Amino acid sequence: MIDLFLAAADSAVHGSTGGGVKFDTTIIMALLRLGLSMGFITTGVFFVFAGTLGVLRLPDFFSRIHAAGMTDTLGVELILLGLMLQAGFSLLSLKFLLVAFFLLLTSPTATHAMANAAYHGGLKPKLGRYKSPDIDTLRGYGEAK
Amino acid sequence: MEQLTEYFNLSAAFFLIITMMLMLGRLIAGPSLYDRLLAVNSFGTKIVIFLCLFCMIIDRPDGVDIAILYALMNFIATIAVLKFFRYRSLDLPLDGSFAEAKNAEGEL
Repeated sequence: MIDLFLAAADSAVHGSTGGGVKFDTTIIMALLRLGLSMGFITTGVFFVFAGTLGVLRLPDFFSRIHAAGMTDTLGVELILLGLMLQAGFSLLSLKFLLVAFFLLLTSPTATHAMANAAYHGGLKPKLGRYKSPDIDTLRGYGEAK
Repeated sequence: MEQLTEYFNLSAAFFLIITMMLMLGRLIAGPSLYDRLLAVNSFGTKIVIFLCLFCMIIDRPDGVDIAILYALMNFIATIAVLKFFRYRSLDLPLDGSFAEAKNAEGEL
């Protein structure tokens, strides 16, 4: 990484004799690809983690399915986009594209089928405002009275 | 540069494993059956991503084919389990065309 920056600075210094600052475009492109793929993968892992926290913490099956379906679809696509940037223009990149395409098709369909089956199977969603528990009961003060 | 991407992919795979372990909590503690099915489906999606990352880490691109297969099988398994719990049988088509075909055969 540091070598790359040094090489870029070196090429800029040596290229400036011809007038103006010239950069080696292949190094710049490699750095850009690396940074973009890292950003995509970081964002994707964040979304997958947020979806899992939603599945763990939300109070209802229908809200849980909303958290899992939406964030998983977005996070998976972002991670696969980052991996495609790392793999470059090759057969491996095409395979990643295939995985992304299938997941983009199947993940919302499976979510919809699950919600439909649960609703027709008799599971009703919780309606109304969410009432948080009283802070005194949480601390145990409510039991003393 | 190669080492940097490798370490980065390793850390991403590590976070994915933590996420999968958290998802196991919903699988164990899910109050209804559909919660467990949701956990299994989400776990399978995470396995697909983990396989893709792992193939990039160990630099063997063969495993991505397994990831494609796993993505398709995950969807089919979810739909099959849902259909089984709705209709209590797997050979019943969802749109009723099977019964219509049987009726047509009987008339002939």
